[in-house]
Amino acid sequence: MKRKTDKSMDDGMSIIVKVAAYVLAVPITILGLYIILHGHLTPGGGFPGGAVIATLTVLFLVAAGKEKAKALKKDMISFAGGVGLVMFAFFGFIGTGTTFFYNILANSGSLFGMRIPFGVNPGYMWTAGVIPPMNMAVGLEVAASLSLIALVMFLYTMEDER
Amino acid sequence: MIDLPFIAVIVLIMLGISAAVLKRNMIKIVMGVSISASGINLLLVALGYREGGVAPIFTNAPAAQMVLPTPQALTLTSIVIDLAVTAMMLSFVILMYKHYGSTDSRKRRLSG
Amino acid sequence: MMAFLLQHAPALVIALPLVAAFAMPMLSRLGARAVKAWALLALLATESLVLLLGRDVMSGNPHVYALGATIPSLTTPAGYPIRIIIEVDAMSAFMAMICASISMLVCMYSLQYVRKKGGQDKYYTLLLLMTAGMMGLVCTGDLFSMFVFLELLSVSSGALIAFHARRGESSEAAFKFMVVSSIGALMVLLAAGIFYGQYNMLNLAAIGGMLRFGFLDKVALVLLVAAFAMKCGAVPMHMWVSDAYGEAPAPVSAFLVVASQASLYALFRVCFTLFGVAAATEIMGWALVVLGMLTMFIGVTMAIPQKDIKRLMSYHAVSQTGYMLLGVGVCLAVLGNAAALGSFGITAMQGGLFHVVNHAMYKGLLFLAAGAIIYRTGTRDLNKLGGLAHRMPLTAVFFLIGAFSISGLPPFNGFASKLMIYESVFRFNPLLSVIAMLTSILTLASFMKVFHSAFLGPELPEYRGVREMPPAMWISMGILAVFIMLFGIFPDLVVQYLVGPASQALLDRIGYLGGVL
Repeated sequence: MKRKTDKSMDDGMSIIVKVAAYVLAVPITILGLYIILHGHLTPGGGFPGGAVIATLTVLFLVAAGKEKAKALKKDMISFAGGVGLVMFAFFGFIGTGTTFFYNILANSGSLFGMRIPFGVNPGYMWTAGVIPPMNMAVGLEVAASLSLIALVMFLYTMEDER
Repeated sequence: MIDLPFIAVIVLIMLGISAAVLKRNMIKIVMGVSISASGINLLLVALGYREGGVAPIFTNAPAAQMVLPTPQALTLTSIVIDLAVTAMMLSFVILMYKHYGSTDSRKRRLSG
Repeated sequence: MMAFLLQHAPALVIALPLVAAFAMPMLSRLGARAVKAWALLALLATESLVLLLGRDVMSGNPHVYALGATIPSLTTPAGYPIRIIIEVDAMSAFMAMICASISMLVCMYSLQYVRKKGGQDKYYTLLLLMTAGMMGLVCTGDLFSMFVFLELLSVSSGALIAFHARRGESSEAAFKFMVVSSIGALMVLLAAGIFYGQYNMLNLAAIGGMLRFGFLDKVALVLLVAAFAMKCGAVPMHMWVSDAYGEAPAPVSAFLVVASQASLYALFRVCFTLFGVAAATEIMGWALVVLGMLTMFIGVTMAIPQKDIKRLMSYHAVSQTGYMLLGVGVCLAVLGNAAALGSFGITAMQGGLFHVVNHAMYKGLLFLAAGAIIYRTGTRDLNKLGGLAHRMPLTAVFFLIGAFSISGLPPFNGFASKLMIYESVFRFNPLLSVIAMLTSILTLASFMKVFHSAFLGPELPEYRGVREMPPAMWISMGILAVFIMLFGIFPDLVVQYLVGPASQALLDRIGYLGGVL
């Protein structure tokens, strides 16, 4: 890769920052996915996990600069957010035979419905019914929305710096 | 000293609202609203505290009384809402800066 | 099928516009026409659900819905209410019908008003989110959900106010609106926190059942009343109204009027259902009456010297909110006195609630007519407009219907509701009625000025090529005008079937509490 002196934000920050950012992206992603997936067992859930994944976009914007940031497509991120939201609403609607938002998968023996005895336990992942899929949907949506906010603000303020 | 969180709440809310009312710079007004919101979130979490309680996590929980989890859910919702509101207000500040050239709230064009 | 829809209608009425808004980013890839068709379809479905639910609720009991329970009406599985409970009684159904109808008409009007190239899908998403927020605010049964839906409504309205982002003034108006709305919503959250700390409950019916009038409860009441009065534009907190309604696109201004009235509903719900015990209401009633008087008078006097057509109409919107506060405040003040309540209190409340639906209709019509003028001529300044009646006769007729209606002339609907307010408030205190009539005269004067300078006079050369409105716009305005005249000619039917059950439900605190507990 070419070494350029960074006089402006057009090319991002120096090579050390870029490599550190790309190395750190892996633990950040794993942490975010862990917080989302274990939302029904440990503190966290959809929103904090999604916010952690959105920091990846901010890290990318800071390290890579304005020219590379223009390559991110806003309507694809918006589409991903929409998919997350529709999934959330879908999981709300599947219980409507009983009530809206009814937890139809809990204790049922199917996908997330492992039957466990009542009381303190060391934490089983495939329990709690509709809640883990809702967490994943919300995590996707929050990551997409926060990334979009950061991206749009960054591009608008960097737009006409004459 | 059980009242210490509530005293902190009142101080934070007063600081936040006085910043939102008295400051001229628009970004400081946004910061005032955000501080005030943090104060109210602290109130909600502090209301659920029970003396000697543990965190309300079911996984491997010790056998003691748990702190109330409902206000923690309310606080999470409130934090998300405040994030959205702060993001919107900051976007408006950016737009106003582009059009008016300053962040002074006295330089406005709508009046009367 | 109908029984299934009716049973789940309270939740579906909120969920349907929300899910339609969620699906919009995926549909925006198909183009602007798909977006518009989807929005209109979703609002039509919401309207039909609301009418189905409303017809059933107006004649019977409140409908209760617990989200996530094993049967929808299982609200107290352990003796006290848990879960988010949606409770729709006749007053909620009344407000929900207003919100759904006006949102459908606004969407129809926007089909040809909003011409911006890239932001169409965002406009309709925000419109659907505003509808969902309003439906949630009027249907919900607990205090924290009121905070959440109030913030949803505020955030989407703020984004819509700044929609024409090319002008700097709209961002400034939206910033002011957002700061005031956030502080108001934070006060609601503070009151919810105070109630939660005392009673460990957030449900309105549950708190109403166990309310002791301690010092903290009075602090929470003052916070709630101040916050909701701030959100509907009562006088010491009215500064944001003129900027926000004036800078928004015209259909959004018409919809913001209904949003303010949803906050007014929340104010009434808190005053009557949460705190409606007879001993404490006289002071609160007088406070609402004083707020109403100040709002009416200051609103109309600030409207007279305005030159911008939409700012003028937004000051009139402030002034008409004062009438509603006056009517319902009188009823609240005499709530303990059974003889006075029977003779004029109920009529005052019915006048106030009738004025809510009338105001939504004629203010909507006026804002849409102003939007038609701005759409065709491109200017908002009254000094530059003139002689438009030659070229836009239909707009002139609609504007005249709206102007006569807001001033309270028969046979339009403003007359019916204002007459009820004048008569009952006169029995309470004659001075209030005199000031209300004076405000009405000043309103008529102001609107005659606007009509004269915009429509009458010789035809100006720069407007020679102006044509009439496109069809989507005059169809929606025509529907509003037809309903205005119908409500004006048959006001007793409206009071008997719509406003009467609503006011009955608002006064019937025991029925509301019994729905949940």
